[in-house]
Amino acid sequence: MRMTLRSAFVLAAGLGLAGVAFAQAKVIPAQSEIDFVIKEQGVAVDGKFAKWSADIAFDPRKPETGKVAFTIDTASATFGTPELDGELPKPTWFNVARFPTATFASSTIQAKGSGKFEVVGKLSAKGTTKDVTVPVTLAQSGGVTTATGQFAIKRNDFKIGEGEWAATTDLANDVLVKFKIALSGVGPL
Amino acid sequence: MQSNGRYSGVAIALHWLMALLILGNFCLGLYMADLPLSIQRLHLFNYHKWTGATILAIAALRLLWRLTHRPPPDLPAPRWQIRAAHVTHWALYALFFAVPLAGWAYSSASGFQVVVYGVIPLPDFVPKDKALADSLKELHEILAWVLFSLVALHVAAAMKHTLVDRDGLLRRMAPGRA
Repeated sequence: MRMTLRSAFVLAAGLGLAGVAFAQAKVIPAQSEIDFVIKEQGVAVDGKFAKWSADIAFDPRKPETGKVAFTIDTASATFGTPELDGELPKPTWFNVARFPTATFASSTIQAKGSGKFEVVGKLSAKGTTKDVTVPVTLAQSGGVTTATGQFAIKRNDFKIGEGEWAATTDLANDVLVKFKIALSGVGPL
Repeated sequence: MQSNGRYSGVAIALHWLMALLILGNFCLGLYMADLPLSIQRLHLFNYHKWTGATILAIAALRLLWRLTHRPPPDLPAPRWQIRAAHVTHWALYALFFAVPLAGWAYSSASGFQVVVYGVIPLPDFVPKDKALADSLKELHEILAWVLFSLVALHVAAAMKHTLVDRDGLLRRMAPGRA
């Protein structure tokens, strides 16, 4: 792209404006995690997504104008147990070959007081999109904003665990998604 | 101690219950270890863990009973055989605890808390750790094979008493009235 002085100026002004409207937050990966918990015959088994990215433009004082989007690399799902991890990418579970990512995009963000927010958005995984409501609690210390929360999804809504695994008598339908996202560049609460 | 030279009814019941559970769980462990992931595999692993936890509980009961109730006196036999029998019995007792405990730790280290019968969660006394899980798996396997070997030795000795010495040793532990 050839950039004239004028277009460079417009671009810079645009970025500057965007910066004022939405401070683009940056994830601090070392302090962030997205985990999931599933129960099997009463045993809670913990897993996590090792690779994901987030696009977060959010001002705690103007939450309704904020936007949050996540892209999760389904191949990075891990229980830390080789015999299970070898299964997760298969068509029965995440079908990584056809659906390499799962995404979340916020539709509305509402303040609930004292650092709590409610994010409603669309969760897409394995070809299905569902509305989910995610309660988020923000805490700030030393320039780092940490967003934590958890919400339950029904794995059968997304056909995660097909065939004999669709039965929920032993392998629960509810999957708890837990997250802790550390961010820099978020305005004060 | 009973006047007729037999073990007490409780000791006999616990002995045979344990024998059944240990042999059953040993076979189940061998069978399930290399199954591909399926609901059946998860079920069998849980049944194996639940049975192991049951064995551990019965082992505690049995040890308590053994320490508070004198077994019948030894039958006449060469000194080394009596010594060998005692060593074998105490080694068996030690393994009643060691095998399930290693299995429990292996499960915890693999990230699967043991929830007995799907309702009683056992605490994880080791952290989730892949390398630790691998070592504990090996330890659990080795100890199970040692237990199996001692059980085989124990059975062989009982057979020797019954078929060679014909000293009626088995009657001391036989269920029912002798």
